[in-house]
Amino acid sequence: MSLWERVKRDRVLLAMLAPGFLFFLVFCYGALFGDIVAFEDYQPYTGFLGSAWTGLQNFSAVFADPVFWQSVRNTLVINGVALVLCFPAPLALALMLNSILSGKVRKFVQSVVYLPHFIGWTIIVALFEQVLGSGGAFTHLESALGLGSWSPMYSDGFFPFLLAFEAIWKDCGWGTIIFLAALMNIEPALYEAAALDGAGRRHRFTAVTLPAVMPVTVLLLILRLGTLLASGFQQILLQQGNVSLSSSQVIDTYVYSQGIASGNWGQAGAIALVETVVGLLLVLGANKVAHLFGQDGFYRRES
Amino acid sequence: MKADTASPRRPLWQEKPSLFGQGGKTVAIVVISILVLYPFVAVLGTSLSSETEIAEHGGLVLWPAHPTLNAYRMIFTGSVVTRAVVVSLAITLAGTAFSLLITVPMAYALAQRRLVGRRFFLMAALFTMMFNPGIIANFLLVTNLGLSNSYWSLILPSLVSAFNLVILRSFFMGLPQELYDAASIDGAGDLRMLLRLVIPLSKGVIAVVTLFTAVGYWNEWFNALLYLNDSTKWPLAYVLRFYVDSGQSLVPPSVTADAGVAPQAVSMATVVVSIVPIVALYPFLQRYFTRGVLTGAVKG
Repeated sequence: MSLWERVKRDRVLLAMLAPGFLFFLVFCYGALFGDIVAFEDYQPYTGFLGSAWTGLQNFSAVFADPVFWQSVRNTLVINGVALVLCFPAPLALALMLNSILSGKVRKFVQSVVYLPHFIGWTIIVALFEQVLGSGGAFTHLESALGLGSWSPMYSDGFFPFLLAFEAIWKDCGWGTIIFLAALMNIEPALYEAAALDGAGRRHRFTAVTLPAVMPVTVLLLILRLGTLLASGFQQILLQQGNVSLSSSQVIDTYVYSQGIASGNWGQAGAIALVETVVGLLLVLGANKVAHLFGQDGFYRRES
Repeated sequence: MKADTASPRRPLWQEKPSLFGQGGKTVAIVVISILVLYPFVAVLGTSLSSETEIAEHGGLVLWPAHPTLNAYRMIFTGSVVTRAVVVSLAITLAGTAFSLLITVPMAYALAQRRLVGRRFFLMAALFTMMFNPGIIANFLLVTNLGLSNSYWSLILPSLVSAFNLVILRSFFMGLPQELYDAASIDGAGDLRMLLRLVIPLSKGVIAVVTLFTAVGYWNEWFNALLYLNDSTKWPLAYVLRFYVDSGQSLVPPSVTADAGVAPQAVSMATVVVSIVPIVALYPFLQRYFTRGVLTGAVKG
C-alpha cells in the first residue's frame, strides 16, 4: 500500500491524534525556540527577531557570577541529601507494607500513605508551617520542654533536610507502588522452597526478596541520577523567603529570579538552555547505563 | 511450629514472628499513619476552633471542645476565597475535560499497530518526557501566544501529559486483539470502536488519569504567579501561596478581632477548603491504585 493510501485509510486515527500532536509540537518543541534568547540581548518589546545578537556573552556573564556557582553548589547539596534520605525510604516502606499479612490493614495503610502525593506544594507548605513553624506545635513543645524556640522551617543549615523530609512526607508512600509490584511478582513457591531447605526469615529476605527488588532499585537509582540538576523548584520557591538566599538559591530559582523577576532574559535563558541540554544528556546517559544493566530504562525499543 | 497456631493468612512455611518483630511493625504502622494524618487533623481542628481555644493550645488544636464554623463563614463572606474556589473548580473541570478529550483518542490511535507513522508520532510524544524547555522558554511562549492574564494560561501549558498518554496507551494495547478484530469485522469504525468498546472497558485506568489531571489543575499555582496579574482571576492554590504561605492575613485583622476569630483559624479554613475536593475524590479512586492499574504502565 502506498503511503497516501495508508494515510487515507487511517484518516480517522490521524484526526484523533492530531490535537495532542499539535500540543506537543507547540508547547514542548516549539517552546524550545524561546531558548534562542540565550544568544541575544532580549527585550520583550523588540521581540526575538528585533533584539541584538550577542553571541556567547550571556554565557560568560553567567559563568562569571559567583551567585550562579553558589546555586549550582546548593542544587548538588540539596539533591545529595534528597538522594540519601528520600531514595531508600519507599523501598523500606514497601518491604514493611509487603510483610503485613492482613489485607485490610495493608489496604488501610496504603490508602493513608498514598494520599499526600495528591496534595499540592502550596498546601503542604501551609501544613508544615502550621506544625513546625513559629507558633506551631513543634515550637510549642520545645518551649514547654525549655529547649528554646529553634524552628526547622527557618534554619539555613537544616534547609536541605527540611526539603527532604517534606518530599518524603509527600511521595514516600506513592513511591512504594513500583517496589510493591516487584514484591508481589515473587513466586510464593520460592519462599516455600527456601523455607523447606531450612532458610530462616533473614536468609529468605537476602536470598529471595532482595534479588527480586534489586533490578527495579538499580533502575530507579540510575534514573534519579539523571535528574541531578533538577530540584524541587516549586517546593523551594515557596519556602525560599524563610531562609537566606545563600543556602536556598538553586539553579532553577536562579533562572527564575534572573529572568522573570529581574528581566535579565538573556542570562536566564543561557542557564535554562544549559540546564535543558545537560538534563537531556543526563537522562540519555542514565538510560544508556540502565540498558547496560539489562533494564528497560526510561524508554525501550519498540518491538 | 504447629500449623493450627498460625494465623489463617500466614503461609504454613512461614514461622510466627517474634513478639519484638511483631510489636516493632505495629508501632511503625501506627507512627507512620499518625505522621501522615496529624497535619490534616490539626489543620481541620484549628480551623474549627475559637480564638481563645487556639491561644490556650499554643497554636494547633486537634479536637476543639466547642467547634465553630466562624472562620469558614468569614472566608466565604469575603470575595477572595469564594472567587478563588469558583475559578479553581472551573479551571479544573474545563482543563480535565479538554485534556481527556485530547489524550484518550491520541492514546487509542497510538495503540493501533497498523497506524501510519506510528513510530514517529509515538517517539515525538515520548521524547517530551526527557527534556524540559524550562521556565524561561515556557514563559516566552505563553506570553508570545498572547495568553497572559487569560485563564488559558492555566489550562494550555499542561494540557497533555506524555506520562498519562503512556498509561492509557499501554492499557489499550493490553486489551485482547480479538476484540478489535471482531468489532472491525462487524464494520465498526475507529471512532465507534473507541466509544463503544474501548472506553467502557477502560473505566478504571481512565478514572486514574482523570484524577492525576484534575489534581494537577487543582494544585496549579505557579502558572498563576507567572501569568495572572489580575487578582480576581487567581485560583485557590495561588491565593493560598499569596496569603497563607507568606503569612499575610486574608481578612483584615480588625474584622477577625471583632468577630473573635483567630487569623490562624481563617488560614486553616482556607487550607481545609483546598484539601476537601482531593480528599472527597480520593476514596472513589484509590482502590485502582492498589490494583496495579499503574504498575504495568509505569514501565511501558
